[in-house]
Amino acid sequence: MALFALRRLLLSIPLLIGITFVSYVVIGLAPGGPLDFLTPEDPNASPEVRERLIEEFGLDQPIHVQYWHWLKRAVRLDFGRSFLPDGRPVSAKIAERLPVTLFLNLIELAIIVGLAVPIGVLSATRQYSLYDKITTVFVFVGFATPDFWLALLLMILFGVQLGWLPISGLRSLNWEYLSFWQQQWDFLAHLILPIVVATFGGLAGFSRYMRQSMLEVVRQDYVQTARAKGLSERTVISKHALRNALLPVVTILALALPGLIGGSVIIESIFAIPGMGQLMVQSVFSRDYPVVMGNLVIVASLTLVANLIADITYALVDPRIRFGGRRGRG
Amino acid sequence: MTGRRTRARMLLAGIAGLGLLAACNGPLEGRADEDHAGPPAYGDTFIQASIGDIGGLIPSLTSDQSSHEVGGLIYDGLVKLDKDLNMAPAMAESWTYSKDCLDLTFKLRRDVKWHDGYPFTADDVVFTYQTMINPKTPAPFKEGFLLVKSVDAPDPYTVHVRYDKPYARAVETWGTYILPKHLLQSFAEAGTLRESPQNSHPVGTGPYRFQEWKPGEKVVLLANPDYYEGRPYLSRVVYRVIPSQATIFLELKARGVDYVSTLTGIQYARQTEYPAFRKAYHKYRYPASDYTFLGFNLKDPRFADRRVRRAFAHAINKQELIDGVRLGLAREATGPIRPGTWAYTDKVTRFEYDPAKARELLAEAGWRDRDGDGVVEDKDGKPFTVTIRTNQGNDERKKIAEIIQQRLKEVGVHADIQLIEWAAFIKEFVKPRRFELVVLGLGTGVDPDQYVVWHSSQRGPDQMNRTGYANPEVDALLEAGRSSCVQSERVKYYHRLQEILAEDLPMIFLYYRDALPVVAARIHGVSPAPAGILYNFNEWYVPKAQQRYTSG
Amino acid sequence: MADGAGRGRRGEIGQFWRTFSRNQLAVCGAVVVLVLVILAVTAPLLTPWDPNRPDTRKILDPPSRSHWFGTDSLGRDVLARVLYGSRVSLSVGFVSVGIAATIGMLMGAAAGYYGGIVDNVVMRLVDLMLVFPRFFLLLAVLAFLKPSIWTIMTVIGLTGWMGVARLVRAEFLTLREREFVIWSESVGARAPRIIFRHILPNAIAPILVAMTLGIPAAILTEAGLSFLGLGVQPPYATWGNILNDGRDYIEIAWWLTLYPGLAILITVLSYNLMGEGIRDALDPRLRQSRAGRMARVGR
Repeated sequence: MALFALRRLLLSIPLLIGITFVSYVVIGLAPGGPLDFLTPEDPNASPEVRERLIEEFGLDQPIHVQYWHWLKRAVRLDFGRSFLPDGRPVSAKIAERLPVTLFLNLIELAIIVGLAVPIGVLSATRQYSLYDKITTVFVFVGFATPDFWLALLLMILFGVQLGWLPISGLRSLNWEYLSFWQQQWDFLAHLILPIVVATFGGLAGFSRYMRQSMLEVVRQDYVQTARAKGLSERTVISKHALRNALLPVVTILALALPGLIGGSVIIESIFAIPGMGQLMVQSVFSRDYPVVMGNLVIVASLTLVANLIADITYALVDPRIRFGGRRGRG
Repeated sequence: MTGRRTRARMLLAGIAGLGLLAACNGPLEGRADEDHAGPPAYGDTFIQASIGDIGGLIPSLTSDQSSHEVGGLIYDGLVKLDKDLNMAPAMAESWTYSKDCLDLTFKLRRDVKWHDGYPFTADDVVFTYQTMINPKTPAPFKEGFLLVKSVDAPDPYTVHVRYDKPYARAVETWGTYILPKHLLQSFAEAGTLRESPQNSHPVGTGPYRFQEWKPGEKVVLLANPDYYEGRPYLSRVVYRVIPSQATIFLELKARGVDYVSTLTGIQYARQTEYPAFRKAYHKYRYPASDYTFLGFNLKDPRFADRRVRRAFAHAINKQELIDGVRLGLAREATGPIRPGTWAYTDKVTRFEYDPAKARELLAEAGWRDRDGDGVVEDKDGKPFTVTIRTNQGNDERKKIAEIIQQRLKEVGVHADIQLIEWAAFIKEFVKPRRFELVVLGLGTGVDPDQYVVWHSSQRGPDQMNRTGYANPEVDALLEAGRSSCVQSERVKYYHRLQEILAEDLPMIFLYYRDALPVVAARIHGVSPAPAGILYNFNEWYVPKAQQRYTSG
Repeated sequence: MADGAGRGRRGEIGQFWRTFSRNQLAVCGAVVVLVLVILAVTAPLLTPWDPNRPDTRKILDPPSRSHWFGTDSLGRDVLARVLYGSRVSLSVGFVSVGIAATIGMLMGAAAGYYGGIVDNVVMRLVDLMLVFPRFFLLLAVLAFLKPSIWTIMTVIGLTGWMGVARLVRAEFLTLREREFVIWSESVGARAPRIIFRHILPNAIAPILVAMTLGIPAAILTEAGLSFLGLGVQPPYATWGNILNDGRDYIEIAWWLTLYPGLAILITVLSYNLMGEGIRDALDPRLRQSRAGRMARVGR
């Protein structure tokens, strides 16, 4: 097992390099460059600035050379400075956006899991019943609703018409003047709408997966055995079936890890939340290469690590593999 | 001055105390007498939405609008615009221009201090000039300074500028942000201005002092009590970064912001007419300074023929564009010079909406519908198809393109539309002149000088003569207009320029939109003028009884 | 061998229908999908209004007898735009999923059949693609290409083949060792024949499910892209760009938001229900048939 993990980790490194190289090239080759933002469409702008900036950013060199320079610094975790006029270090820009996105995503994940598990389990145990049908439709409606649509509708309803919730940003303007508890409530109030919109959509996939997993488990031999032994249905489900049904869920959770750091562009833009999604999109659009690459490295590394964890967890958790049983093929 | 300051401080303390008790930011109900004008009072916070985060706190290095708005409050220039769009004294109390228009001498005020207390002198002005022309400084707008021959400071309160040739926009150039020599000298010389502390904690001489910048969230400024024109009444200015136009508008309706620089036509006419809004906000309307146009690529042989360009002009109904896109809140444009300014004239040729005439002109130029498919073809049977390009993200331009597309269809020209992301648009299409038609806008400054847009020497890829226009008479007019500083002479040149451009039609000038700002009703002192409404921002105030936010 | 397989397949289809039709929700979904397709195809016959023709006298008119769904910000009939928009959504759905499935099948087949280096390369490519946040990939590629309906379809297809590839590869890995494959190889049948005639048909079931479930995802993605302004060029309507148009006037022109949003909702919902039904119906059948075929062929 340890060997397996180690091998995978080692393989990840060339993969990471490959990913970053491809991205660098892709972004670099995309038409337009950072200079088109710094030297704007204005009759008064001067052309020599361009040469200066080209030199400063090293854009006059061939792309693989540029990539090499970037790589040398990146391994020391120095992602350079943003190309935008504020020239701030990339790590600073990412560091101030990451916590928000992480926080939001973790809460969403917690809510989704917390709701999806009972919904899925109940759906499975009462397959094809009215309950199952209603929750199926409900959950699917959630998946089918475009999140931007829902966001706008809720904003109008709760923010403008009823005035119950703030509609954008993370904090009210007079936040510094509020008491500690008021501050907490204010922060939460700002998060309610974005979280509701995000979880409404995410619930579908997870609860269906849970349902599927539960359905499979319930058909297994050991569950039949437990029933035959005369145990109450409740015990059968909660003690035996559930635990096993949850195992694959754990692997899904691991796979959801990289998603935690990528913010949803649409939600962030509509709710004016300064998160990773916005940063990514804006930097792609303004060809702010250092920020794009810094972002990418973090997402890519986390994804690779998460995949590894997921695979390990899966291997650990699948009883067939654990007990080394080879019950023939298929 | 001092008495006023102490009184102001006491007032502030009192208000702050009251304000803390009444801190709120929810929808405000039941404030009586919104229109009751109390006497000017210090205090309150002014909240403005900004669609983009600022690019930095040294606006000389940036080109985005947000950083210039913020910079305009933190920094000051030697001159500024008054309400009638004339140059007025700011940090310079007066200036003289020599008869040959080559020498410009500014006499500076003696009571100006930097926000850190350091006195402002002519050295700072000279330093700013040297920094701007320094090749290591990545400043986008240095052209005006490059034309200067020399700058010197014979004494700490006099600045003497010499030009090689008369430059009409000379005085205007010195309205730019003056930078502090005592803080930035080493950085400017090393070319590391962007990394200086100034870019995160700027020190200026303007009416507001920097307090904080939370990137992606907000910028907070505090009134400068030592401002040479007197402390501004509004104590605090906050720019909230809200990257979505829709959200900004919703915040406006929920009273989360106090000012929006312009509404869209539909917002102004249809979405802000209900009683609660009218009670909470005042809407203003004045002609803005930019115009929207349909540009031809004159290198395209089809558009090199003037009859074709005129045919297009006849095919387009400008009033329909104004009604459809701006809901009537714009005025027709006939040329590149701003209506209401001294150089403007409307006595130029017009091409009225007349599809029949358009077809006639096209036929004259050899374009007829020879195969009855609704699209005109030339004598070789090639159909007249064009692509109208504009940048993504601009709803107005998109609508203009759609309406024009339909109108062109009616005269037999088949048009496709391409919306392209800004960076790619500029780099791949505009600069290399790989376009046929573009819908774009251009800002007009206060000075009517149009050299960079129409002169034949400005047709390079990084220059602004996008249509590729070249007319020797126009060249001569532009040069003459630029090198004179006598208004009565220049008027003649610019009138003639407008006549020629209206005849030649290198682009079809569509309209000058109206700016439609909205200001919270509790704010008094706003008075629309040709320069807009922000020219007297320092005099806006909120009467004590109506102040809403804790100040300080 | 042919006979036995043929009879078996017909029986499988019958079995599939029986299971499927028991699932009421899935049947509902399928019916709605059919209706939508018919509406999309007959769109020009259903409305007298030109969906692309601006009329500045009718800006943002509420629903009325002549304009059932009202008009948009350029005075165009919304119902007509929604109908024509359904063509875009549905074709984006089908074509992009088709592209994704084709690429996925080829990649998965190559990886599963040849194994070794080919397998490694393909799987690493899958990992590479999966690591990129999908939206970022879409944005980056769209920045490259001229935005048009074809680029959208291609891009969504190019970024969505990984799931199918994995499925197909898994099928190949299990089936490859089967006797009939070894038998075919020993008789000299060449790789493509083996792949297409024997292995792929077994993999069809999960691929079909993946495709059916991929269509609503593609439709949502396209709506999202249009909403961000990156979709099809004006003046052509898509549900996403009608929503985009309406987002600024939502409180005075609710029809611009309600109708296209509902259209997306109903379409995606129906496809999902139908897809789930197909998957449930195929599942037991799958298990049964593999065993059945084993018995028959193994001899």
